[in-house]
Amino acid sequence: MAHDTAHHESNIGRIWKVFFILSVITIVEVILGIIKPAFLVETTLISMKLLNWIFIILTIWKAYYITWAFMHMEGETKGLRRSVVWTAIFLISYLIFILLTEGDYIYEVFKGGYKAWDF
Amino acid sequence: METTVTKTGTEDKTWGGGNQPLKVSYGKMMMWFFILSDALTFSGFLAAYGFSRFKFIDSWPIADEVFNHFPFLHGVDAPMYYVALMTFILIFSSVTMVLAVDAGHHMKQKKVIIYMFWTIIGGAIFVGSQAWEWKNFIKGEYGAVETRGGQILQFVDTEGHRVALNEIAIVDTHGDRTQHEEKNGIWYEKEATLPSYTMDEIKAGFTKRNDLLIRTQTLTEEGEKTILSRAESLKRLNADAIGVVEGANLVHNEYGTPLFANFFFFITGFHGFHVFSGVIINIIIFINVILGTYERRKNYEMVEKVGLYWHFVDLVWVFVFTFFYLV
Repeated sequence: MAHDTAHHESNIGRIWKVFFILSVITIVEVILGIIKPAFLVETTLISMKLLNWIFIILTIWKAYYITWAFMHMEGETKGLRRSVVWTAIFLISYLIFILLTEGDYIYEVFKGGYKAWDF
Repeated sequence: METTVTKTGTEDKTWGGGNQPLKVSYGKMMMWFFILSDALTFSGFLAAYGFSRFKFIDSWPIADEVFNHFPFLHGVDAPMYYVALMTFILIFSSVTMVLAVDAGHHMKQKKVIIYMFWTIIGGAIFVGSQAWEWKNFIKGEYGAVETRGGQILQFVDTEGHRVALNEIAIVDTHGDRTQHEEKNGIWYEKEATLPSYTMDEIKAGFTKRNDLLIRTQTLTEEGEKTILSRAESLKRLNADAIGVVEGANLVHNEYGTPLFANFFFFITGFHGFHVFSGVIINIIIFINVILGTYERRKNYEMVEKVGLYWHFVDLVWVFVFTFFYLV
């Protein structure tokens, strides 16, 4: 195999560092999930609770570390990195946007009383 | 593998073949694109979950009330702890996997064996934990009744604590409702499993105890379930309730809308299947490492490829954890 020997120095130090970061993020998520601070639950940003935004951002942060450090995306060429990451981000963002918009619309239809559901 | 590429004598030219513009082997690149397509599949499921949740945004079950078990702590309300532990186990097995890949780069066979062993153990524990979560979810805890429109009504006392069906029901010892089985039928039909109590027994018990109230699926402004007054509770139970629900399956779910159960079974099931197949693939590679296949091949790239898959499984779990248990 034509292996790029450049990045073959030991990465053990970095691995444990990333593990530490991932653990801290998970612990913060769990603590926030258990105590649910009132001001984070009550504040809404773009029709979602601030707490949920924090969870999602922390999750994406974790995903970044897993992909970049553990899956070693940081060592791949720009072409491979972009063809995988940009494709995923574009398609997933689009999918989430259309499905959540549609879900919210259906919620409004139900709420508007056009359809009986609570019986 | 280079050996499979036919030499044309024009390798130094741009279109001469043997080029690796992305600087990775074919196998690794294909693993990346498989992961990309699998990530899109999971995104489809999770986005569909988001769609259903937005559709029922003010009546979706509260995850903390559904997943609040911890092994050996019976009756203790422990939301999140177990799933947090599972997350740690999976992240840690990812760490041992990346350590195995790192040891492979340095051709240290013994270390690869040890780290892959722990990765497999971690994966197996995770799958077992998920099975246990499923068991608790299927079995249910308090039980509830379902209305004609498919709404779930749960029982609480005046302080808002949940009350189980067996504390409510007044068992009618005279009534003898037996399960209809296929062998007794004129047609080859059988009915669904009978719940522990009939609707009449629940109604009788509920009417007798003045401290019982009904909790509906609808969420209040504070994000808690609405509790009806005693008069409304009685009215609701007598007018609308048609059946007893214990636990959850794909059709009925004592925790709320059946869609929640469907997505839970489907998404965690699909993820669990990935973990399971990851463990199997890990075992195969593990055996190959022990046999010295990669020592002879003089590179451990297979460990790296299966490592990519394993990290991907961890990556998906990070999202499933957020959207099912946190948000």
